[in-house]
Amino acid sequence: MRDITKRFGSVQVLKRVSFELRAGEIHALLGGNGAGKSTLMKVLTGIYPPDGGQIEIYGVPVQFRSARDAKAAGIAMIFQELSLVPALSVAQNICLNREVHTKLGLIDDAACNRIASNTLRQMEVDIDPRQAVASLSTSQRQLVEIAKALSQGARIVIMDEPTASLATHEVEVLFDLCRRLRDRGIAIVFVSHRMEEVFQVSDRLTVLRDGVNVLTTETAKATLDEVVAHIVGQRAKNEFVWRLRAIDRTVEPMVAVRHLSTDRLRDISFDVFPGEVLGVAGLMGSGRTRLMRTLFGMEKVRSGSIQIAGRPAIFDTPGQAVDRRVALVPEDRRSQGLILQHSIRDNIMLPLLRKLSRWTFVDDSEGSNLVRRLSQELRIVSDSIDKPVGLLSGGNQQKVVIAKWLGAEATVLLLDEPTAGVDVSVKTQILGMIRDLADQGKAVIVVSSELPELIAVSDRILVMRDGRVHRMLERPEIGRATQPAGDSAFMGDEESLHRALQAV
Amino acid sequence: MVDDNLSPASTAAPQKPAAFNPARLRFEWRLYVVYFAFAVIFLIFSVTQAGNGFLTVTNLLNIVSETANISVVAVAVVFVIGAAEIDLSVGAVAGLASVTAALAVNHWGIAVGVACGLATGLLIGLVNGALVTRVGIPSFLVTLGMMGVASGIGMWITSAAPVPIQSDLFNGIFGSGFMGPIPSLVIWTGIALVVGHITLRHTSHGRRILATGGNEIAARFSGINTRNVKHVALAVSGLVAGLSGLLYAGRYESGRYQWGTGDELSVIAAVILGGTSLFGGQASVMGAIVGALLISLINNGLILMGLEISQVQVARGALIILAVALARRRLTA
Repeated sequence: MRDITKRFGSVQVLKRVSFELRAGEIHALLGGNGAGKSTLMKVLTGIYPPDGGQIEIYGVPVQFRSARDAKAAGIAMIFQELSLVPALSVAQNICLNREVHTKLGLIDDAACNRIASNTLRQMEVDIDPRQAVASLSTSQRQLVEIAKALSQGARIVIMDEPTASLATHEVEVLFDLCRRLRDRGIAIVFVSHRMEEVFQVSDRLTVLRDGVNVLTTETAKATLDEVVAHIVGQRAKNEFVWRLRAIDRTVEPMVAVRHLSTDRLRDISFDVFPGEVLGVAGLMGSGRTRLMRTLFGMEKVRSGSIQIAGRPAIFDTPGQAVDRRVALVPEDRRSQGLILQHSIRDNIMLPLLRKLSRWTFVDDSEGSNLVRRLSQELRIVSDSIDKPVGLLSGGNQQKVVIAKWLGAEATVLLLDEPTAGVDVSVKTQILGMIRDLADQGKAVIVVSSELPELIAVSDRILVMRDGRVHRMLERPEIGRATQPAGDSAFMGDEESLHRALQAV
Repeated sequence: MVDDNLSPASTAAPQKPAAFNPARLRFEWRLYVVYFAFAVIFLIFSVTQAGNGFLTVTNLLNIVSETANISVVAVAVVFVIGAAEIDLSVGAVAGLASVTAALAVNHWGIAVGVACGLATGLLIGLVNGALVTRVGIPSFLVTLGMMGVASGIGMWITSAAPVPIQSDLFNGIFGSGFMGPIPSLVIWTGIALVVGHITLRHTSHGRRILATGGNEIAARFSGINTRNVKHVALAVSGLVAGLSGLLYAGRYESGRYQWGTGDELSVIAAVILGGTSLFGGQASVMGAIVGALLISLINNGLILMGLEISQVQVARGALIILAVALARRRLTA
């Protein structure tokens, strides 16, 4: 791709971006939200026509008029939200819309199964093609998605945040597959926010910033520092370092959980003090999210007690939790945190309706002022607070979810994966916000799979495993982050936390 | 772009995003198509049918009165559809309420009659709501079943015969009466419009309805009791269907289980024409009323043009499909 430009309205999203992808390489594409990654990939897959520039595939200039043209040229995109039909079998999905017919004109299921199992065998993936997609795990579905692309003759596979919903060992499976595909001459574009993975799997990497290609290099020659610096544009890595904060643990805890058990949780006890940030770490399925949901009144408590500010706080509904100033920023902002077609203002005002209304009539002017103040404070980028949140970038959407609860003046904040899928500079901002909130005397509980961030922000870390508290890591044990930290000290911490998670 | 923060300066900066933002453009179009269609069709009839008395005050008021039942119920159904549920029982409930009101008026007088009609609707609405929100049956099925139950009961207790209402006062208030120069049915429509519009736009209940319909999970995570919100919407829809029953009873000076048959479809057409999303989350009371008026306008004009009722029905159906098709596209992020 050479000198690609694309503008939307008055905004120039891509400014003469050149991007070269070699056959048989894994090329990581990095950049902050709004840097132009998705737009560039949508140009490559024929979804957006470029305003200028040229695309050549294997030396042949092409002009895609639609996604179908790009597909015919062997370009396939694996979406974040997968595009499989759950009720159909793996083979039926792979052959969808290209069914093989028998002489009578009926669908030849046997042939379809053969095609599917051939493809899956070549991928060295063990999935029964007759199984229904609904019965597969997320990672298996992703593999089927890739199989579908390959069986359609894809030579260029684009993966957008493919590891976002995978557990560690599933990521390994995916990476092994990527390497095998690379060795067969297939080019892979790997869009990701997770540096670790980029360094682990990619051969070369490209960083976009503000619609410009600022770095293309062999991954082996790049350092984490350098890449982050190019993404952020200014060095802000200090933010990823823990800061010593004084916490008074002699006062009454803000949250006190004792022997809490539910269907999935067993005998959980811990305290969170005012001004403290408690990190919760654990693998997928360890009960992290369950714990948050239970505290927020969304799951039934079997036994044990929860106290908030000294008063019993086992809630039957989230409404009761909100009344006691508990807030949950859910894991999946698009499906749980936001009403995408509603405006920024309406979303932020939602938990505040009671506060903002007199005799049930909502005071919109006061609401708008509050929303404007919050969006300035959190630096939400939008031309108007009346813009539907569905049109904002991921990082801005996450800020809107957080803004909802800042306005509601929650005293206990439960944050589930607050930095998932947002770029490094927004991550830094969000970590800063978490610290500010704790400094105001709130109790904050953060669940995150992004360990460096968790280490940076938590005063203590609760490690969960199979629905139980596996360990409670106090500060000295978490690491040496009080030292002026270079990247090495920091990675060391992460390793020890990794080991704790794996219970080694 | 990164620095384009939401500061007063950048908000005030001259921008024309709508022109370049296809999603937003469509979005606006869906909300306003009904007013546009109304204006165009009104203009056409004004030019072609003026000689047939289309523009007389009587005829114009008649257009509003004729559709009062649909307008009033449409206001309540905006809330139900806005919360991503549906109520198919409104027509049958109106019929049953007209019967219970008529019986009660004749036995115990107006006040009890009105109370009986409204209570009938409210009760059925509460049952609908309970079945949907507490038992978890989809509202489509609950209200489809309730449609049969309500009209069956109405037929049963009257042995399928109309119940004439002797009270002129009742018939005046709910049907043929006037307040000054304005027919009472027009006034009822006006009341429904004002109350409905204010509730939807300016009360917390309205916001909760739209939040629940827009994304029920996110609404629950925001501390909203979405079950109660839906329960209230369905109960009020029943109550207002009861009011529609009173309007039928007053207008035709009798209670009959068949009053209101088929209203649910006209009501849904009016609501959707008015820009309310069939998937919930976006709603407009004003639009629904104009939608109802649009259907009535088409009826009126085509009849003045000398079309048969059968032909009017075909033309009306086709125009509704056309208008909804124009406004069909949804906001895609």
